[in-house]
Amino acid sequence: MASSRPRGGSFSRNISSAATAQIPGVKLGPNGTSFLSSGIPDLDQILGGGFTLGSLVMVMEDPEAPHHMLLLRNFMSQGLIHKQPLLYASPERDPRGFLGTLPSPMASKEEKSNERPSEQDANLRIAWQYKKYFGEQTEVQRGGKAEYCNDFDLRKPLERHFYSGQRVDCISLRDSPNLVPLLERCSTFSAQISKSDGNITCAGRIAIQSLCSPQCDFSDKDWEMLSFIRSLKGMVRSSGAVAVISFPPSLVSPAFLKRWQHLADTLISVKAIPDEDKELAKLLTGYQDMLGLLSVHKVARINTQVPAILEATTFSMKLRKRRALVLECLNQAPVDGSSGSSYGTSGACSGSSKTGNLDF
Amino acid sequence: MDNSRANLLEEAVGINKGGRVVAVEDCVETSGAFVLYHFLKRSLHPDSSDVVIFIAFSHPFSHYERILRKMGCNLTVHRKNHRFVFLDMLTLECPDRNGKERRQDGLLALYGEIEKAVEIYSSLEGSRTITIMIDDVSLIEVAANGSSNHVLDFLHYCYTLKAKYGCSFVTLNHEDIYSSANMLPLILQPEYFADVIIKAEPLATGLASDVHGQLTVLNKGSVCDLGGSSSKVRNFHFRVKENIVDYFYPGTQT
Repeated sequence: MASSRPRGGSFSRNISSAATAQIPGVKLGPNGTSFLSSGIPDLDQILGGGFTLGSLVMVMEDPEAPHHMLLLRNFMSQGLIHKQPLLYASPERDPRGFLGTLPSPMASKEEKSNERPSEQDANLRIAWQYKKYFGEQTEVQRGGKAEYCNDFDLRKPLERHFYSGQRVDCISLRDSPNLVPLLERCSTFSAQISKSDGNITCAGRIAIQSLCSPQCDFSDKDWEMLSFIRSLKGMVRSSGAVAVISFPPSLVSPAFLKRWQHLADTLISVKAIPDEDKELAKLLTGYQDMLGLLSVHKVARINTQVPAILEATTFSMKLRKRRALVLECLNQAPVDGSSGSSYGTSGACSGSSKTGNLDF
Repeated sequence: MDNSRANLLEEAVGINKGGRVVAVEDCVETSGAFVLYHFLKRSLHPDSSDVVIFIAFSHPFSHYERILRKMGCNLTVHRKNHRFVFLDMLTLECPDRNGKERRQDGLLALYGEIEKAVEIYSSLEGSRTITIMIDDVSLIEVAANGSSNHVLDFLHYCYTLKAKYGCSFVTLNHEDIYSSANMLPLILQPEYFADVIIKAEPLATGLASDVHGQLTVLNKGSVCDLGGSSSKVRNFHFRVKENIVDYFYPGTQT
């Protein structure tokens, strides 16, 4: 279509970028970076497109609720759908059990069957008559429509065929007294997906759940964990992968917690909200439907010096139709809970003070 | 108008001369890396023949190259012209988990490399300042597996290069890591050696899209200054853009 047009020197870049866009599930971002979907459409939007390829994402867990698992599950499920190689490590005895809990993409019967034909129609109509004018644009749109990010149905497990034929490494963090085996697995994993000439042919996803949980033997070796994170960061940066590490911040000593946060390219924290917090309920609309709060503390800044300033840093996690995870801006920011620094303490205080009051 | 604004940091830091130690400190909320890039660009100014030895622990070359290119400074060309030496320490692992001796070896080897480079460039004719930049100090500690004494030794060795060859230093460190008492030497000692301390902090009211944070510049002044009141503290806001950073006093931004 557009190939008949002679292309000058300035167009050569477009061609190469189109080539990288062919990698399933990878979207091009600014400054020569690429994005990988987090598996949550809203989170992708908040972060400006998704997790940056080659970045280290850290998720600060809530000690009381497993909300971080929602993020990890959606992240990994999205990877399976894009047929990307995965590596999962957790302190569980049987880490493969995690695969059984992955959510399935939203069934295409309801929404998509309604949308698809009309879109295809539009494409067809354009293809039929106006293709010569709109050729390139429709191409781009179709690339986006190849489901960069799916909506996931949290109630429906992923069908088996998605992960039966694929390379999914699962490691238990309990097996070894130190982090050397895990680091080796990660380095072989990232060596496999990175090409020697620097071009990325496929994207990989690494997820490590509860890195410093007390079940692991190395949980008291602060420096070893820190140097593991640093090595992992270096590895991921040079390959086409995204690593997500979730950890309980209360188990890391304050001085080291800051180091962990500095090492993270993208820093997210999740927080459950107590069931009967009257004050919070008064402050926020839609409090009843909220699952928890998600805060974005840091967004990956690779190849640029400009910091990412988000319009809001705290979002509420909700379930749409009790199935799909959505993130919404808080309709009325809580007075003490909105800023990042006072976030942990204030939430805990208001939570504990209210536990005695039952209000129906 | 714009020119004077861009120079607010320059003004606070003072004129560029050899043998200066600048310590940049930042925190999780506000990155101070842009100050480092500013000094990098300034040292590689086409009019001068200064040399930069950059010791990178946190990012690969491509990251710095892209950022500096947007600021109008081509690191690849400077590298070819022997004005920019890039030491990629991203994967430096000093400890090796075998013994304590190896731990120091990694840093010793690094120091040897720096010294060799400094020797080579200072022996060349022409007056040039060699600037050594470290991004960032806290990661050296991680690479050394937490033995802060080795890191301090390493830094002291580096500072001796100042006396010997008149090298300048720009180091980046994270202040908030060292908030607990037992970790203090690694932030206090570099601060003691520094002539200029630059701290990047978020605003107390949080970050906005037009004010990205504030810089506090403490200029201790140099020994050759006669007046007693040579130490100056300045505080101003900044806004980071791709190619330039705006510095302005609170409330003066249009």
